[in-house]
Amino acid sequence: MAIRLVFLGRLEDAAGAVERLVTVTGSLAAIMAALDPDLVEVLSGERIKLALNGTMVSDRSGLVLEDGDELAFLPPVSGG
Amino acid sequence: MTGTAAEADMTRDVRLLDCHFDPAAQIAAFSAVHRAAGGIASFIGQVRAGDEVEVLELQHYAPLTLPGMEALAADALLRWPLEGLLIVHRTGLLAPGDPIVLVAAAARHRRDAFAAAEFAMDHLKSESWFWKREKAGGIWRWIEPRTQDFADLRRWA
Repeated sequence: MAIRLVFLGRLEDAAGAVERLVTVTGSLAAIMAALDPDLVEVLSGERIKLALNGTMVSDRSGLVLEDGDELAFLPPVSGG
Repeated sequence: MTGTAAEADMTRDVRLLDCHFDPAAQIAAFSAVHRAAGGIASFIGQVRAGDEVEVLELQHYAPLTLPGMEALAADALLRWPLEGLLIVHRTGLLAPGDPIVLVAAAARHRRDAFAAAEFAMDHLKSESWFWKREKAGGIWRWIEPRTQDFADLRRWA
């Protein structure tokens, strides 16, 4: 039972790694509770977007994470 | 394959590359394919030299980045009558002077080619799934989007 969390861009520095497996499933709040409070604060920023299994998340409160899911945290982009 | 799908394959060429590419060779190949176009507008973005930047890294997220670029190309093709649209974007480590991005739009008339290339670039800068960091003086620093990039994007809303 695990969920893969992916931290893109500068979030990698805050999380200390690009990816992390957590053995919690359920709501986003449940996942966040398993993380360091400082990291949670960064991940909860209003400019951070979420993608679940490659699809953008529009309703965070309705999110239900299951075994094998990949949840990505996406800070503002800077391409080109 | 339907006729429409075959046509789409011809007009749209979107690529994510993890190694160096030659923009001039890409433009030459693109022009050779789109001989019916009266004009081709192209833009090359490259790593600035002389800013004390030693290395630039472009990170992407596979589930989103290329699908997003494909959707952007499809959107441009709906907005302007194009013969073809080429989008090439680098990922990985780049040195000063290296090309980062190439956009080329082929159209019967130049205004459509210019507009489509600019539209694609504005969206690649501020909407596509890339994160950029640069190393200067031995220290890595993430690059935040500029306010100007968002202003550029609003022109197309």
